[in-house]
Amino acid sequence: MPELITQPNIDRPDDFYAELIGLHEGLARQESDALNARLILLLANHIGDREVLRQAMRAARRP
Amino acid sequence: MPQVWEVPLYPYRRSADQDARAPVRHPVVIVGAGPVGLVMAIDLALGGVPVVLLDENDRVSTGSRAICFAKRTLEILDRLGCGEPMVDKGVQWHAGRVFLDRRQVYAFDLLPEGGHRRPAFINLQQYRFEAFLVERIRALQAEGRPIDLRGANRVFAIDARDDHVSVTIDTPDGPYRIEADWLIACDGANSPIRTMLGLEFLGRTFEDNFLIADIVMAADLPSERRFWFDPPFNRGQSALLHRQPDNVWRVDFQLGRDIDKAEERKPENVIRRLRAFLGEKAEFELEWVSIYTFQCRRMARFRHGRILFAGDAAHQVSPFGARGANSGIQDADNLGWKLRLVIDGKAPGALIDSYDFERIQAADENILNSTRSTDFITPKSAVSRLFRDAVLELAEHRAFARPLVNSGRLSLPCTHDGSPLNGADADGLPARTRPGAPAADAPLGEDWLIDRLGGGFQLVTIDTPAPDRLDCDGIGVERVALSAADDPSRALAERYLGPADGAVYLVRPDQHVAARWRQFDEAEVRAAVARATARQ
Ligand SMILES: Cc1cc2nc3c(=O)[nH]c(=O)nc-3n(C[C@H](O)[C@H](O)[C@H](O)COP(=O)(O)OP(=O)(O)OC[C@H]3O[C@@H](n4cnc5c(N)ncnc54)[C@H](O)[C@@H]3O)c2cc1C
Repeated sequence: MPELITQPNIDRPDDFYAELIGLHEGLARQESDALNARLILLLANHIGDREVLRQAMRAARRP
Repeated sequence: MPQVWEVPLYPYRRSADQDARAPVRHPVVIVGAGPVGLVMAIDLALGGVPVVLLDENDRVSTGSRAICFAKRTLEILDRLGCGEPMVDKGVQWHAGRVFLDRRQVYAFDLLPEGGHRRPAFINLQQYRFEAFLVERIRALQAEGRPIDLRGANRVFAIDARDDHVSVTIDTPDGPYRIEADWLIACDGANSPIRTMLGLEFLGRTFEDNFLIADIVMAADLPSERRFWFDPPFNRGQSALLHRQPDNVWRVDFQLGRDIDKAEERKPENVIRRLRAFLGEKAEFELEWVSIYTFQCRRMARFRHGRILFAGDAAHQVSPFGARGANSGIQDADNLGWKLRLVIDGKAPGALIDSYDFERIQAADENILNSTRSTDFITPKSAVSRLFRDAVLELAEHRAFARPLVNSGRLSLPCTHDGSPLNGADADGLPARTRPGAPAADAPLGEDWLIDRLGGGFQLVTIDTPAPDRLDCDGIGVERVALSAADDPSRALAERYLGPADGAVYLVRPDQHVAARWRQFDEAEVRAAVARATARQ
């Protein structure tokens, strides 16, 4: 069964983090929220696997 | 010429029952001559069961009600001998467009696979639909079929006994009483019978109000469904435009939660909204205007001894996805043959319990689908709205988001997985025609498979030998002998054989698959018939 990866998996994490925060620069709260929603949908479709998505939703709810 | 809804199609006539010394007993009394009660009466009468059909009214329904009738409904109507005129009159459509603000974000085509006699949907006004059914009843009566349709007969009391139901009816000549071995309550969402029995009808009420108008307009627009999210003419809300026969258009405006209904209903305000939508120059007349809120709910059980609930009386859905009348007609389709076998003494009363199982399963599926559509159209929370809007924004340029757009899903019939009536399944045959599924149509040269099915139990054999007829303790099973070569398009093979060379399907009188095998085996078929009739 496919498993949600929860071990480090992102190359150069500081750069990624800065990019994520930078993405929201200059956006009002509402625009940021909308962007986050679009981002979640895009990533979810990329993952595609319902079981992995379910594990991610559970993990997000209980960090 | 008066409109069809103005004509008393079944005016009050005094019945001999009203002059009888003791209440007359009938095998089946149906309460309510809406779409479901009318179909129920036709189905039973075709099976030779005498029916009394009571309605407090004497004409078809009025107002903005059902317009979309799905393929499965048309197949059932074909079996009952009245599909053709409805399809001829109805508007066929298969394309839809979804707009966000002023932009089209998505266009779809419901035109599914080929090889089906009937289209995915037709649009037809509910009053016309009912009028065709009454016409069919008149034709059956002329052939001597036992349907007694009584207008201006309002049921106002019932007494449920172990072996019958006593029914008290009000008429212009005063009240009278009859008795029914079986009573079918098709008396609509506010079912007085349900109330008389003190039964619950639980579920969800959606708070949003919808202004629904049917307008007569000679517009040169294509026959497609158009749905708007957040359009300039109805900011923050949704709107729908759909074509019906005779230049009638259904317009549907979401109004939101806290509104002044009396104000919104005023013709000048409705016309102002319509002008903003259709343009200042648009010429139209209002046929009906109503404000609705929607519910999704059902009874805990549809069978209560000798009283059976069907249609809106048993379950109610929001109209997104057109599952109200369509599913009610499938209730009637499911119940008719079962009741006939029980009345004819060929199956035990337990067969009726499978109606409860199968149609509750279907109601739950319909409620789930229409609840999801309603939640997408009228998001209940800030976050639900956030994701809804994100889906719509993405849908314009990203194909992946389009399947998430939910402005109402195609009404499809339920496959009764796990039904107590389902018999054997064979490995390797296609999933779509598994036991419990409605038989999929397929072309047979000039003919259609679906037209050869229904009414009784049948053994559909494809390139497999079997006897032409089998008698299972009074229940006849007729063979429908087919070959994959009957259908050069290969739809038959694809839908019923898959990789197999041959197959045998036991099909119920309602055209649902009961069991299937790779070869004929008499003992197996007998066992499956016994199971499908609750004899075992
Ligand atoms: C805006 C709107 C749009 C819709 N669109 C669609 C759609 O596109 N497709 C779809 O499939 N469905 C649609 N529906 C739902 C559809 O209209 C209903 O599901 C359908 O009418 C249910 O049929 P019924 O026979 O169960 O009940 P009803 O049509 O409500 O009929 C009940 C009958 O019982 C009679 N009756 C009631 N009480 C008594 C009594 N005490 N004695 C005797 N008679 C009685 C009434 O006179 C009536 O004739 C829509 C509904 C609405 C409101």
